[in-house]
Amino acid sequence: MIAKRIIPCLDVRNGRVVKGVNFEGLSDVSSPVSLAEYYSECGADELVFYDITASFEGRALFTDILRETASKVFIPLTVGGGINTIDDFDRVLKCGADKVSVNSGAIRNPDLIGEAAKKYGDQCVVLSVDIKRVDGVFRVFAKGGRENTGMEAISWIKRCVANGAGEVVVNSIDTDGVKKGFDIEMLDAVCEAVSVPVIASGGAGCIDDFVTLFNTLPKVDAGLAASIFHFGEVSINELKSTLAAKNINVRL
Amino acid sequence: MIAIIDYGIGNLFSLKSSFSRIGEQAVVTSDESVIKKADRIILPGVGAFEDAARKLRESGLDKVVLSEVQDGKALMGICLGMQMLFDKSYEYGEHKGLGLIKGEVVAMSGNIPSELKIPHMGWNKLDFVGEKDELFKYVNEGDFVYFVHSYYATGCDEALIATAEYGKPITAAVRQGNVWGCQFHPEKSGKVGLGILKAFCEI
Repeated sequence: MIAKRIIPCLDVRNGRVVKGVNFEGLSDVSSPVSLAEYYSECGADELVFYDITASFEGRALFTDILRETASKVFIPLTVGGGINTIDDFDRVLKCGADKVSVNSGAIRNPDLIGEAAKKYGDQCVVLSVDIKRVDGVFRVFAKGGRENTGMEAISWIKRCVANGAGEVVVNSIDTDGVKKGFDIEMLDAVCEAVSVPVIASGGAGCIDDFVTLFNTLPKVDAGLAASIFHFGEVSINELKSTLAAKNINVRL
Repeated sequence: MIAIIDYGIGNLFSLKSSFSRIGEQAVVTSDESVIKKADRIILPGVGAFEDAARKLRESGLDKVVLSEVQDGKALMGICLGMQMLFDKSYEYGEHKGLGLIKGEVVAMSGNIPSELKIPHMGWNKLDFVGEKDELFKYVNEGDFVYFVHSYYATGCDEALIATAEYGKPITAAVRQGNVWGCQFHPEKSGKVGLGILKAFCEI
């Protein structure tokens, strides 16, 4: 059966990894390429590169970095950040990305997912949603979680999946950065609503949070995190061997 | 030299890079003379069967591949490239394949338990069928490889060399003489995948 995936996410600005990283044996800690190779060696099942560049030059640097990574790391690569048009899909897929994640781009242009799915296949299109509870309702937030769109999250996700999104990344703004575990309630609601793979993001603080995630919600396909991996609070090796010891199906 | 057949479909960057990584020269080409000079041929493929099979036929490269295989050259089809090795596919209609390996390609939908997600996407374990094939020289049974597909090959009989369990054993790799096929993506399967490409280059 398909293994549960562990996915580190790298925020890249102007060709460098943002957020401090400190690993022994890794000489250039802010090189996305070195870090990607390191994670791949440690057993990461997939990598997400998130482009947080605003400038044109920064974007060109990002695609250079992506190309170099794809020539050295042979696991699936997902790219997100600044994906607003079919040309953006084309740009990153040509550089070796396997999947492309859309967030605000899909909110601004609701046809984007459908067009991309038709051209590249559903499996290539990942919907990423930032969700926060407002008066007890799951709402979709845009602009990196700063702006309430007013849209109800579950119906938004269902609509995007119907249009061709092949996978959904659920970022809970409520649990993000809190490090007290994934947002089980929110993830459960998404898993019940769609039949495509669901990736949990936001809230992981320790290995047990991943154990709880996969044990409580067997329908969740993957756990994504950034800083806990970058800061070495959770080692991917150790995480995966612990999951395996708890009878959760992972690739060792 | 490895010729990766370019018939205008999909992105071949990772595939080409994976050969460089194992120290093999690979060329992405649609040039008949280059394909004829190559030691081995890779038939890649993503997307829909009908579209890919038509593009391959229209490029005339199907005949080149078939004649090279007849002359004994090693060929490996990957993902949709593997599915095109069979007699036919039932993906949106009925379409003819290259007919190099007996069997046909059918939808997973309706053929696997309904609670399983389609596409079959992610890392799954290889189960060998029969004697371990030389393609798996550097691979152990139970090693994980990366799959992305919604259709699968059936009726491959003795050509079947590996399956992956997804509600039932799904065809993961086949071999008929000097023709191999992998449903999974060796170029996205980490060290295990590179080991499979290396073994293919050493055959």
